[in-house]
Formats: sequence, C-alpha cells, structure tokens
Amino acid sequence: MTVTLEVAQSSSPTSASVPMIVMEHVEKWYGQFKALSDIDLTVRTGEKIVLCGPSGSGKSTLIRCINHLEAYNKGRITVGGKVLGDDPKIIDAIRREVGMVFQQFNLFPHMTVLQNCTLSPMRTRGLDKKAAEAIARRLLDRVRILDQADKYPAQLSGGQQQRVAIARALCMEPKVMLFDEPTSALDPEMVKEVLDTMISLAEDGMTMICVTHEMGFARQVADRVIFMAAGEIIEEGHPKDFFTAPRHERTRAFLGEILRHH
Amino acid sequence: MSGQELLFLLSGLKWTLALSAVGFVTGAVFGLLIALLRTSPNAITAKIAEYYIAVFQGTPLLMQLFVVYFGLPLLGLKLDAWIAVAIGFTLHASAYLGEIWRGAIQAVPRGQTEAANALALSYWPRMKDIILPQALRISLPATVGFLVQLIKGTSLAALVGFIELSLAGKFIANQTFRPLIVYSVVGLLYFIICWPLSLYGTRLERKFAATSR
Ligand SMILES: Nc1ncnc2c1ncn2[C@@H]1O[C@H](COP(=O)(O)OP(=O)(O)O)[C@@H](O)[C@H]1O
Ligand SMILES: [Mg+2]
Repeated sequence: MTVTLEVAQSSSPTSASVPMIVMEHVEKWYGQFKALSDIDLTVRTGEKIVLCGPSGSGKSTLIRCINHLEAYNKGRITVGGKVLGDDPKIIDAIRREVGMVFQQFNLFPHMTVLQNCTLSPMRTRGLDKKAAEAIARRLLDRVRILDQADKYPAQLSGGQQQRVAIARALCMEPKVMLFDEPTSALDPEMVKEVLDTMISLAEDGMTMICVTHEMGFARQVADRVIFMAAGEIIEEGHPKDFFTAPRHERTRAFLGEILRHH
Repeated sequence: MSGQELLFLLSGLKWTLALSAVGFVTGAVFGLLIALLRTSPNAITAKIAEYYIAVFQGTPLLMQLFVVYFGLPLLGLKLDAWIAVAIGFTLHASAYLGEIWRGAIQAVPRGQTEAANALALSYWPRMKDIILPQALRISLPATVGFLVQLIKGTSLAALVGFIELSLAGKFIANQTFRPLIVYSVVGLLYFIICWPLSLYGTRLERKFAATSR
C-alpha cells in the first residue's frame, strides 16, 4: 500500500518533502501472536495522523514501536532520518525527539508538576535547573496549568494531569508527538480541555500521531485518518472521505459502532 | 539485681544495637545491589542474585553464622567474633532486603518505566529518580518489619560467643540465680526497642494502604 499523499498542504517544500517517520513492512510479534503485520506508513513533517480501530487491533503497538517501547521484529522504521535498530544511542536520540502521552498519564507521583517537567531535560539534554525550569514554566503556561506547578499530580484532576503530561513531553522540544488514547481515561467533562490543548499544538505545526476515537478531533485536525484491524492498516484517507465514504466493510462497521456510542 | 549487673546488661544491649545497625546498614547497601541485579535485564546477573537470595533465605541464620565463624578460619581467615557476626548478619540482611526491594521495584507500575523510557532517561536516572524512590516507599513497612526481626535475630550471635544482650542476660542469670527476673528485664529491653518499630511499621502499612486505594 502506498501512503505518500499527493496533496501538498504545507507551504514549505523542503519540510514537506522530508518524511518524519517511515515504517516499511513492519512486523511485530508477541511470542506466537502477530500484533503488527506488514505496516507501511510515511508521516511527513508537520502531518497530523489519527489512528483508530477496534480494541486490540495494534494501535498502541504501532506507535510504541516508533519510540522503541516495543521492539519490532521485521521491516524498518526510520525516525527523523535515523534508522531505529538495537543501538541504544540511536534509540536514545530518537526518544529525545519523540514525545509520548499515555492514556494513564504516567506522571511521576513523588515529584511536583514542575519537577516532572524538568527531570528529563536536565538529565538527558544537559540543561541546568534554571534553564529547564524556564522551559517548563513556558510550556506549563502554554497548557494553562502554570498555577499548579508546585502541586503533586495526585492533587490535580485527570484533565489537568494529562495537560501536565503533554507539557512534560513538550519540554524535551520533540519533533513528533505520539498520543495513545489521551482522553480515554478522563471524565467526559475533562475531555475538551485536553483536546483543545492538542488542537493548539496541531495548529502550531507539530507532527502528531494520535490514537483516539474522538472523531470530532479527527475531523478538525487530521490530515489523514488511518483505520487498523487485526494488526493491519485496512484503510486510510482524508477525514472528509474517510468519514463520509469509507471503502471497507470493516471500517463502516467500526464507524457505526463509534457513532452509536457517541 | 545490682546496678553493676544492670550495667552489664546495658552493655550487652549496646552490642545488640551495634550489630543490628551494622547488619542493617551494610545489608542495605548490598541488598540494594542484589535487588538491582535481580531486576536487571541481564539474565545472568539476575540469576546470580536469585540464587544468592535463595541460599540465604533457604538456610537457617544460625548455620550462616556458623559457616562464617567456624568456616572462614579453616580457609585461613582468622576473624574476631564481632567481625564474623557482622559479616554473617550483613549477608543475611542483604539477601532479605534484596528480596523485599526486588518485590517493591517490581510493584512500581509499569507505566512509570515506560514514561521514563519515552523521556529518553537511561537506566541510572530512571532508577535513582523514578523507580527507587517509589519502591522505597512501597517497601517501607516490610523493611521496618525485617529490621525488627533482625534485632531479635541478633540473639543467635550468642551461640558463637558474641556477648550481646541475651548472652549478657545468661551470664547475669547464672551469677545471680534469678533467671526469671533477669530474663524478664532482658525481654523488656528487647520489647522497648522492637515494639515502637513494629507500631511504626503497622502505621506505615495503614498509611500506604490508604493512599494507594
Ligand atoms: N506485551 C504484550 N504481550 C502479549 N500480547 C500483547 C502485548 N501487548 C499487546 N498485546 C496484544 O497485541 C494486540 C494489540 O494490542 P494493542 O496494540 O494494545 O491494541 P490497541 O492499542 O489497538 O487496543 C492485542 O491482541 C494485545 O492483546
Ligand atoms: Mg491501545
């Protein structure tokens, strides 16, 4: 399957021509179970992808292969021009450029919001405390939570925690952001504040892959929506076509399910 | 019991506390190492740590003290009783603390390691800044519980002639022919040390159960 899009939306030809992430024939096995099968995906710089599909279809596995939280077994993944293999130096370099936001936030509970944000820039990018805190304050302000900087995660609401998690990832000044169902663990009234943060990030030109079933979000920001089932990419397209005229029966069934639940 | 006899008991108590402290502190240092080896991704070091723990948990402490005290001199290492029991208790404590902390490290939610990895943190900062502080908190009740066991366990050092509280008690009991009084005092001294620790451990446990709900 080919994935390079002919629609050139970006004004800058150089950045548009450089793919940020390239996955070629990627396969991933958990023991005898094939979780990803022949995945081909190219994400251009600045592109926003929404990844959807039924539970267990391999969405998390796919994005977790990109920052090597899972090792893939076959094929090739290139991130920012670097081929992701077993070399720890390359893995580290790629992780410094790829931010990830988890469904369960995964904030460090024994550290304040500010400490959560400054730890990795200090440890991995060699910033001193002052510089790291300056970046952290700027980004906490950006996700509108600067006033909570000295609190502990447990003192915040779910939506606030997820915004902190986004700020923490942004403090690494990544080139790509991966989101794994960032609003699925939230009470409904907190979903919007997190989606708004993601939308503003998208508007600023961040390259993003978002696993989410928030179809309103997909319509608003996605350049492409990708549908997965049983470890394969079944269908992809611009949200307008994807939602109005899905080509595959499985996609139609899935969209029907999603709409019934929303 | 005369004042002098009581003083002798207190000097025994001093050695009980000294042995407990040395066993616990050096045991903690090596125990941390054992816990890190046991949870390391390297299968060989993890196995070695596993066997180390199995040996010291699977044999009586008294046998371990005998091996160090009587066994090492056979290899040409002549040891003072104090050094021998200190080594014995360090080995013993390192295995138990290693196992307690292994469990605690593994009880830290996986998401913490994943978040640290996603943030490009390497092994040491991940352990030092993220996993161990949380593991220590989780392990605190069990660690305090083990310390209480260790303090009471130091009485076994009497069997290789190390004069700690219980052996001091035996001497005084033989001298005064008043074992009931003397051993009551000895028991009371152990109790005064161990009971507050036990209470503290129970309180930590309750606090932890309350916050992890
Ligand atoms: N660590 C693992 N070990 C074994 N099987 C796994 C593991 N992680 C995921 N799987 C399996 O791989 C499949 C895809 O999982 P996942 O990527 O989490 O799906 P999704 O995110 O789309 O719900 C599922 O069937 C899941 O059970
Ligand atoms: Mg998932």
